[in-house]
Amino acid sequence: MSALARSRRHRFAPMLLLAFALLVVGGAYTALAPSSAQADALDNADAGKGEALFIANCATCHGPGAVGTDLAPSLVGVGPAAVHFQVTTGRMPMQASGPQAEAKPPQFSEDEALDMAAYIATLGPGPSIPTEEQVDPALGSAPNGMLLFRVNCAMCHNAVGAGGALTEGKYAPSLMNSSPTIIYEAMLTGPQSMPGFNDATLTPDEKRDIIAFLMEQRGTNPGGLSLGSLGPVSEGVWVFVVGLGALIGCAVWIGSRSS
Amino acid sequence: MTSTTTSAATTEQAVPAPVAATVDYLDRRVGLGFAIRGLARKLFPDHWSFLLGEIALYSFIVLILSGIFLTMFFVPSMAEVHYPENALPVTMQGVEMSEAFASTLNLSFHVRGGLLMRQIHHWAALMFVGSMVVHMLRVFFTGAFRKPRELNWVVGFTMLVLSLLAGLTGYSLPDDVLSGNGLRITDGVVRSIPIIGAYMSYMVFGGEFPGTEVIPRMFTLHILLIPGLILALLALHLFLVFWQKHTQYPGPGRTDKNVVGYPLLPVYTAKAGGFFFIVFGVLALMGATMSINSVWNYGPFDPALVSAGAQPDWYMLFLEGSLRLMPGQTEFVILGWTLSLNVLIPAVVVPGLLFTFLGAYPFVENAITKDVGEHHVLDRPRNAATRTALGTAFLSVFFVLLVTGANDLVATHFGLSLNAITLVLRVLIFVLPVVVFIVTKRVCLSLQRKDREVVLHGHETGIVRRTADGRFYEVHKPLDEYERWVRVGHHVYRPLELPPREDARGVRRPGGRADGIRTRLSRFFFEDRVEPVTPAELAAAQSHGEHDELPAAPEGSSAAELAGTRGTSH
Repeated sequence: MSALARSRRHRFAPMLLLAFALLVVGGAYTALAPSSAQADALDNADAGKGEALFIANCATCHGPGAVGTDLAPSLVGVGPAAVHFQVTTGRMPMQASGPQAEAKPPQFSEDEALDMAAYIATLGPGPSIPTEEQVDPALGSAPNGMLLFRVNCAMCHNAVGAGGALTEGKYAPSLMNSSPTIIYEAMLTGPQSMPGFNDATLTPDEKRDIIAFLMEQRGTNPGGLSLGSLGPVSEGVWVFVVGLGALIGCAVWIGSRSS
Repeated sequence: MTSTTTSAATTEQAVPAPVAATVDYLDRRVGLGFAIRGLARKLFPDHWSFLLGEIALYSFIVLILSGIFLTMFFVPSMAEVHYPENALPVTMQGVEMSEAFASTLNLSFHVRGGLLMRQIHHWAALMFVGSMVVHMLRVFFTGAFRKPRELNWVVGFTMLVLSLLAGLTGYSLPDDVLSGNGLRITDGVVRSIPIIGAYMSYMVFGGEFPGTEVIPRMFTLHILLIPGLILALLALHLFLVFWQKHTQYPGPGRTDKNVVGYPLLPVYTAKAGGFFFIVFGVLALMGATMSINSVWNYGPFDPALVSAGAQPDWYMLFLEGSLRLMPGQTEFVILGWTLSLNVLIPAVVVPGLLFTFLGAYPFVENAITKDVGEHHVLDRPRNAATRTALGTAFLSVFFVLLVTGANDLVATHFGLSLNAITLVLRVLIFVLPVVVFIVTKRVCLSLQRKDREVVLHGHETGIVRRTADGRFYEVHKPLDEYERWVRVGHHVYRPLELPPREDARGVRRPGGRADGIRTRLSRFFFEDRVEPVTPAELAAAQSHGEHDELPAAPEGSSAAELAGTRGTSH
């Protein structure tokens, strides 16, 4: 008791207290922050392998230690979700400089992507890869997703996610073949021209609603062939090519049986 | 001609008794025999391009039939409802929307055959305008609008404008986001008109856009007023075709004073009737297999929203393109009043110019040719080089506007920069028509020269002969008189030579100024021309052309052919 009372005045006491406070706050944050998903997806990932892959394939542009160069941004703090999105859609490693990084057949397996994600996660905290439950369309509300999608996404990605043009050769890609996890990660991290929608802008539930709406577009189209879901321009092309083309063909046939 | 055979067909043996009795019944009461006799003798020339207008007519009939079905389930109201939680489509369950949108969804998903009817209706609408435009192009390029048919051109032109209005009011009815965007543009266009714009917008929408009245108003226009007007004009259009007789393509025995063709009854009636079912069949097939205007993709209208790839139906796409093409810096604020030239020019002035050209062209051309004769034989497009070139130049402007209207899709599908496309199109809108005009005119004149060449020297056979003294020549096969008729029978206009503006004493004469303009336009139209071969030229060409004759060709045939041409060239 007296020993404790004596040491209250010790010159290291404030520093110890500060360390203790930091430990408590940090510990509480680690316990409460929504980073449980990271543990899920990256449980079996090997950050060491990821680092080796990074040095061999990414460091040329992103720099040693992923701190960025003149060519490419720093990846410290981008989080596993960004790595998983970019690598599994084939956008990274980038094939060529251009208006934007194109999706292409992925160069790494899912496991290798997770290894790299684990490595990037060691550099600094960032958005983590969503769990199966977070992206399950069956748990989302498609009507609410429709209302959210058209307010936040449709102006670039088209009303049902068929894609659309941006300036200077950039474009918003079609979402028709993207997996729910990829869509979720894109919303969370905002790759390239896309704005990020953090959990305050669109809550995880709302993101799942949007995924539910997009998955609704994959089923049978009630009207028949979708014609690319591009709207009146493709309809106009088809009415001339198929409709008027067939009718003019018939007219020629009828007209040829005369003189 | 062929009509004389019909009297033989009405003998007792050929017609079953019940038919004969029915015809007799009607004949004694409404004089059916008179009508049949008349129709059996009424001749129509036959050509596939004369069926283009029929596609429009039949599409219109399909529009009316499917439209009647749709009116039974559509509710033209902007009252707010919530779509039922247990109704399809899933993405709309419980969503707040207007009654118009809800009833459109209901008729698409819960009325048996409703979606099929909606899609047939929409495809038929696109086909209606499309076939009208193609029909109009045929009439334009063959000169079928010349006297006495200028008025019928105007009737058809008015129907085209009305059909655009029918389309605009029709596709806005479901009250979805896409058509609402279109209405918002309409509102903006109306507002861009100086001084009266805002008042007119309030008049159209019954207050601030979008209000609650525009859907019921457009419904009335779409199902009552506009189709009524189109129907009346359609009757007039067909009556005038019947009354003035149909034009015919140039050919042996066809002149401005006769009609060569098949009788309306039974041949043409059977062909036309059959074609109706073909058109209906194709439209039904399209409606059944190809989705169109899936409004549940866009969702109920909300003025704050717009999605990528928002375009109007194809016949309004040129207006969209015109707006996209115009640089936005042309908006001025004068003393607190906004002058939106960035909207006024592309959405009011440009279509105004295009439609004025279309509507007025027959009268302009007539003022230039000062031709008072009647024309029932069509022009081959090459023989009216300047008109054909003007038409293609007009089309090139239209195509540039269409491509601009779809510039975002061009960018994504061809991997191009949206900005670069728009810049290129801004140049092309001025350059392309000039280039197309010059190229088309040269092509037409070259084709005419080729015609001359073929008439004078015959077709190339690919057979090269060597004479006894070692000379080589290619054997040409002379044209028969049927082929020749088409190539030499046309009329060639020459530039007007009107008296000068001032007489010998330097005094201006009345009308001199207008004549000056007319002379200049006439020179523009007809200065470059190729005269058809005259009989004298043909005789001269053939007199030194005996060596071209194939040995197998009967001697003396050239004399008969010459006789054939003599009466045809003007």
